[in-house]
Amino acid sequence: MTEQSSSGRRFALTRRRMILGGSLVGGALVVGYAVTHPMQVAGAILSGGGRDPEPSAFGSFIRIAPDGWVTIVNRQQELGQGIHAGMAAIVAEELDADWDRVRVVDSRSNFRAYGVQGTAGSRSISGNWDQMRKAGAAARFMFVSAAAARWNVARGSIAVRDGIVSHPPSGRSASFAELLAEASLQEPPQSPTLKQAGDYRLIGTDRVRRKDVLPRITGAQIYTQDVRRPGMLVAMVAHSPRFGGRVARFDPSDARRIKGVVDVFAIETGVAVLAENSFTARRGRDALRIEWDDSEAERRSTPDITRHYEDVANGRTDLEPAEFAMKGEDAGAPFTGQVAEFAFHFPYLAHAPMETLDCVAKVDGWDVSITSGAHLPIVDQVQAARVALTIPGKVDVEVIPAGGSFGRRGLMASDYVVEAVRVAKHARGRPVKLIWTREDEMGGGYYRPMSHHRAWVQIGADGFPERWRFRSVCQPLLPFGGNPQAVEGIAESPYFSTATSVDGKLFSPRFPVPVSFWRSVGHSYTAMVMEHMIDQLARRAGRDPAEYRRILYQRAGASRRVAVLDELCRRAGWGTAIEPGWARGLAVHEPFGTVIGQVAEVRLEQGKPIVRRVVAVVDCGIAVSPDQIAAQMEGGIGFGLSAALYGAITLKDGVVEQGNFDTYPVLRMSEMPAVETYIMPSTGRPTGMGEPGVAPIAPAVANALLALTGKATDRLPFMGGGMV
Amino acid sequence: MAFILHVNGRPHRVEADGETLLLWVIREWLGLTGTKYGCGIAQCGACTVHVDGQPMRSCSTPVSMVAGSDITTIEGVAGPEAEAIRKAWVARDVPQCGFCQSGQIMSAVALLRTRPAPTDGDIDMAMSGNICRCATYTRIRAAIHDAAAAAAGTPEAA
Ligand code: FES
Ligand code: FES
Repeated sequence: MTEQSSSGRRFALTRRRMILGGSLVGGALVVGYAVTHPMQVAGAILSGGGRDPEPSAFGSFIRIAPDGWVTIVNRQQELGQGIHAGMAAIVAEELDADWDRVRVVDSRSNFRAYGVQGTAGSRSISGNWDQMRKAGAAARFMFVSAAAARWNVARGSIAVRDGIVSHPPSGRSASFAELLAEASLQEPPQSPTLKQAGDYRLIGTDRVRRKDVLPRITGAQIYTQDVRRPGMLVAMVAHSPRFGGRVARFDPSDARRIKGVVDVFAIETGVAVLAENSFTARRGRDALRIEWDDSEAERRSTPDITRHYEDVANGRTDLEPAEFAMKGEDAGAPFTGQVAEFAFHFPYLAHAPMETLDCVAKVDGWDVSITSGAHLPIVDQVQAARVALTIPGKVDVEVIPAGGSFGRRGLMASDYVVEAVRVAKHARGRPVKLIWTREDEMGGGYYRPMSHHRAWVQIGADGFPERWRFRSVCQPLLPFGGNPQAVEGIAESPYFSTATSVDGKLFSPRFPVPVSFWRSVGHSYTAMVMEHMIDQLARRAGRDPAEYRRILYQRAGASRRVAVLDELCRRAGWGTAIEPGWARGLAVHEPFGTVIGQVAEVRLEQGKPIVRRVVAVVDCGIAVSPDQIAAQMEGGIGFGLSAALYGAITLKDGVVEQGNFDTYPVLRMSEMPAVETYIMPSTGRPTGMGEPGVAPIAPAVANALLALTGKATDRLPFMGGGMV
Repeated sequence: MAFILHVNGRPHRVEADGETLLLWVIREWLGLTGTKYGCGIAQCGACTVHVDGQPMRSCSTPVSMVAGSDITTIEGVAGPEAEAIRKAWVARDVPQCGFCQSGQIMSAVALLRTRPAPTDGDIDMAMSGNICRCATYTRIRAAIHDAAAAAAGTPEAA
């Protein structure tokens, strides 16, 4: 895994010269990393004048104001995963700031030049880790130097704590605020000394809590749905019921007759209704009569696609596979002796974030502005410029908090942003808020892809795998490049440690149902593939599933997995008695560098799995904010369990059969298990926690059901959900 | 048509079709955007407000039905239960994205008003109409218990 891409899944980020700089800007000390040429940096900082540096010139940065407040200007999107708390803690730790006077604000500015910005792959904390630590340490260094000079004492005799710089021998002290001007004259060190993990006073403690709760419990937080602008119109778009369908003709007359409907017109993705308010836009849209041209549309039903995937996996089509995880000379040779055979089917899944997709856009000649809860504002900026026929530098992107995303707001296609800009082009310079209804979102594609996996395992006399063979079928997530996400979590499995050969082939069919990243991406099903197979292999070998795993991990040298597994067994009471009718199931997986294990306690009630408790152990490097890690674990488990129980988007003659939470049920309060989270002590750099919690829950439940009933699960969701 | 709506203790004169849904009147006519759209079909609870003290899904309530009623939104909900709930929410860092939380709080406050010491079963009943896609459910449950305990421990407070 490289620094900026997890499992090769992310686009390349521009590498630029990073340089640490610091200066007095409008009375405040600003310290941060510039991502441009050093000469330009100096200019950016010294031009000061009360404004923060241009975000294009800086990554996230720190501002220490004359009132003593430390502000971190954050360039990562807060999508609910508590990034703010982690970022603030990292800086406050190295700076030795007063934690109660540290805050984080989002960089809402306009990305006039290409910056490196995006929130993906659970990397927000880890990606910022080094930079923000160094920036904090550099600022601290500048204060220490300033104090040493002022008091004419050695730097080494100076202490800093809670925003107060002191010289214990003489009893002198000064606050950050008092030292601002002098500190700003100090040269920031390019490689400041960082604290050792053992010296942390804040990181890893329960004092690291979110600082953005209040507006979320008073109704004050503004999401895109809530944005109001003078003269703003609301737009809704009628989309083709089939992917790849186009408008043949439409009759707008009834819609136009509705008071408050301002305009009706066709755009690339359907027919748009512009109205004075949301209610009227919806009514206008309902009144449209549209005839669709389905000549290039997807018209199959889910069972057709399922059968097609089976044909593909069985080599009955001419689709050429790509190889993955190849190992051993005899990979292609026929299996002999004891062979276990497996097959899995996984459905399309909608993200269904609580806030449906929306975007405020204004197009005024060459100038475009967009406001949304973007993940990848830079991509949105480029896409918006493309459809507005302007240059990216003319597109202002304002990023505000999103009501969830789970990957949906981070598309390379920027579908709803592009649509908002297309609509706004018709609004004569007035701002337009595009709102997707829940039905639009669930029927709108960009799903977690459907996939099918077949596997064969030749089992040795000792009961452990000798040879593996995989045939996986999954649509690629991106329009270009390979399809590594489809088999992440399989390709690098430690379970191959005992095998002499592994033969993995991946088929990547392309067709009009759009797919995209979905929280935990490929791991959302590869955890099920590997972990449910391993439990079945363990049973076949007559071994305890935990012990069977431990042996394979040890052979693979996967020491973090061993440690997580052992802790998990201890915490969950693995191997101890449980009430009749209940069973435990275990799963361990390693998404994006985080090792995570879960044990679920499950019983069956009228065919439905009831999960009462999940014990979870995670090794995610240094735990910056244990409480937020626990929150992400709880949320991930709820999100994963929701999909495992119910999640399925299915097609009938090409039309999505689900529209809202009545036909696409999601987990509710009464179904949420109690979650206990244990964090492994670690001195490693933080790995992500936003996505990993999702992956192991489905196999943990499936393995519990296996223990309970002896029956294996070969498809999700557990409750059927129309998958055939 | 014109309606007089009593929202958060204040009368508002609203010009709208009778079938206009209360959610949109609150959000776009009155500018109170704390009440959210999440599904539009009374499935998710993001739009929950109190109408004469009862939790209601404003997305499925025509404005003509509530003219003259007392309507309370997240911006206006107050009193000892609301205070206890908010305190407990902060203490446990309940929200993640936060989008569902207005609705969660409106349902939780209504629950505490009728059941000052709710059981887990009561919480399941009262809160299962409120979806949280971030799955903050365990914290919501704990925070409701905290709020109930705090209110019981200090009956005179607030
Ligand atoms: S928006 Fe009213 S219940 Fe979902
Ligand atoms: S906090 Fe995100 S939907 Fe509940």
